[in-house]
Amino acid sequence: MPDAPGLELIRGEIERDHPGAVLATSFDRDQPALIVDPEQILAVLSWLRDTPGQRYRFLSSLHVADYLPAAPRFGVHYELLNRDRVERIRVKAMLADPEGDALPEIDSCTELFPTANFQEREAFDFFGIVFDGHPDLTRILLPDDYVGWPQRRDFPVGGEPVTFTYNERNYG
Amino acid sequence: MAEQIDLTADRTTELMTVNIGPHHPATHGVLRLIVDLEGEVVRDLKPVIGYVHTGIEKSCEDKSYWKVIPFVERMDYVSYFFQMEAYCGAVERLVGLEIPPRAKYLRTIFLELNRIHSHLVWLGTTALDLGAISMLWYCFRERDRILDLFEMATGQRMHTRYFQVGGVIEDIPLGFEAKCRSFVEDMPVRVGQYEALLDRNEVFLQRTKGVGIVSRERLLELGVTGPLLRAAGEPWDLRKTFDYLAYPELDFKIPVGTVGDNYDRYRVRVAEMVESASIVGQALDRLEDGPFIADDRKYVLPPRSELSTSMESLIHHFKLVTEGFRVDPGEVYYAIESPRGELGCFVLADGSSKPSRVHFRDPSFVNLQAFKDMALDSYVADMICSLGMLDPILGGVDR
Repeated sequence: MPDAPGLELIRGEIERDHPGAVLATSFDRDQPALIVDPEQILAVLSWLRDTPGQRYRFLSSLHVADYLPAAPRFGVHYELLNRDRVERIRVKAMLADPEGDALPEIDSCTELFPTANFQEREAFDFFGIVFDGHPDLTRILLPDDYVGWPQRRDFPVGGEPVTFTYNERNYG
Repeated sequence: MAEQIDLTADRTTELMTVNIGPHHPATHGVLRLIVDLEGEVVRDLKPVIGYVHTGIEKSCEDKSYWKVIPFVERMDYVSYFFQMEAYCGAVERLVGLEIPPRAKYLRTIFLELNRIHSHLVWLGTTALDLGAISMLWYCFRERDRILDLFEMATGQRMHTRYFQVGGVIEDIPLGFEAKCRSFVEDMPVRVGQYEALLDRNEVFLQRTKGVGIVSRERLLELGVTGPLLRAAGEPWDLRKTFDYLAYPELDFKIPVGTVGDNYDRYRVRVAEMVESASIVGQALDRLEDGPFIADDRKYVLPPRSELSTSMESLIHHFKLVTEGFRVDPGEVYYAIESPRGELGCFVLADGSSKPSRVHFRDPSFVNLQAFKDMALDSYVADMICSLGMLDPILGGVDR
């Protein structure tokens, strides 16, 4: 892992190429994280992937967390891995809830990391985050006609009616 | 007059879409495949998943930290110890809890036994798909011995809830070590017998060699890890690269393949079973006496015997069982090498006694993306073979 000063160095270098891209850094529990501007997420990811000396070429995991009641509310996490130096870094893009029926949007990174395909679909499925430019952004684990974004913190546990024979007409 | 069908026309370019599954023994779980066939050749393929989605990650948000453990075990139901380790390890890193050496070794022993168990289930069912029916009985015979060991130490054959935040729930019983050692000594012999059955079996060789090849670069792009990646010649194993549990102190090798076909995938897993048996043996040798769980009463239940004598212990016990422990806000991603690849657990704490987000990066889920590359332009029968060699556990895929 890059240590805390190492993380600041990375931030400084990204700032030079993409001013304003990194909003903050955090170094918590020995895990470095860059909090970046969602508009520039692809610029930061491709910088980390392709810059000589960085080469975080492996996307371990892409997941979303709902930080309700904090604002901006959704955090899209990219766990990047440099397999040569065995270092991980987390890139975090915080997305605000646009209210109403509108969904938060961020650019898809499937061009940079084809592995993100399923994981972005999962994030869309459970949090309703739209990844612009994703080749096939449909629900992956839930049925296609499902309504709602169940992993959001304001979606109640047990909010799902159980269908039995006697009540299947009500729920279909 | 009805239109005459031209029987001489070339129909080889005609595509037919076929649905396979979700309930089919060859799909290794509730996986549905929509396959475009040109004759017998697969031209396009789309896996449809989600049939056993049970919302485990959502349910975890409603449970205190220690109650989440049995939930996450049920995701990938063949490698339950790995889910427990990923989750407990993540929570331990969140609260900054160091686990005692004996607990590290005990966890390593059970993880590696579980790895052998998982590979045995894989080998038995995959060989069954290829017509080698007797393999299933041989593999499940040894698997039963591992389940006996689990039952002896934990009381349960599957879903043991053995790992706890801070260590393991109880020490191994008397006689466990001897039984475990006898298993570890037998295992390489058994693996030799499997190889004798399969390695010179003409049908098995013809159906696996040169089938389902995907290049190492493409696998890395697709995020594939574990035996699939190692079979393509990439020596990447988190047990070697990251420092967790007792692995840095143990001597073991990482088997890798050369071609990356289904035969290499089989060879790598079989070799891994022998290595895992050796790891268990070494860990038993190095198992020192000492506490099996950390001594931090804020996170770990006090010993039962103290409850009748110490008011302090009784209060801790009551707090831990009713509310559970609280974790300061923060987030951790902790990844381990499961039998299928990188199993990552992300836990977000918001300061309460329940995690506000638990996410599993399940290797089966990510590896499944490589299936299209493995099966494209091969025969349907080879596709079934490739699916077996991919070793997806649908409970882990769907969570």
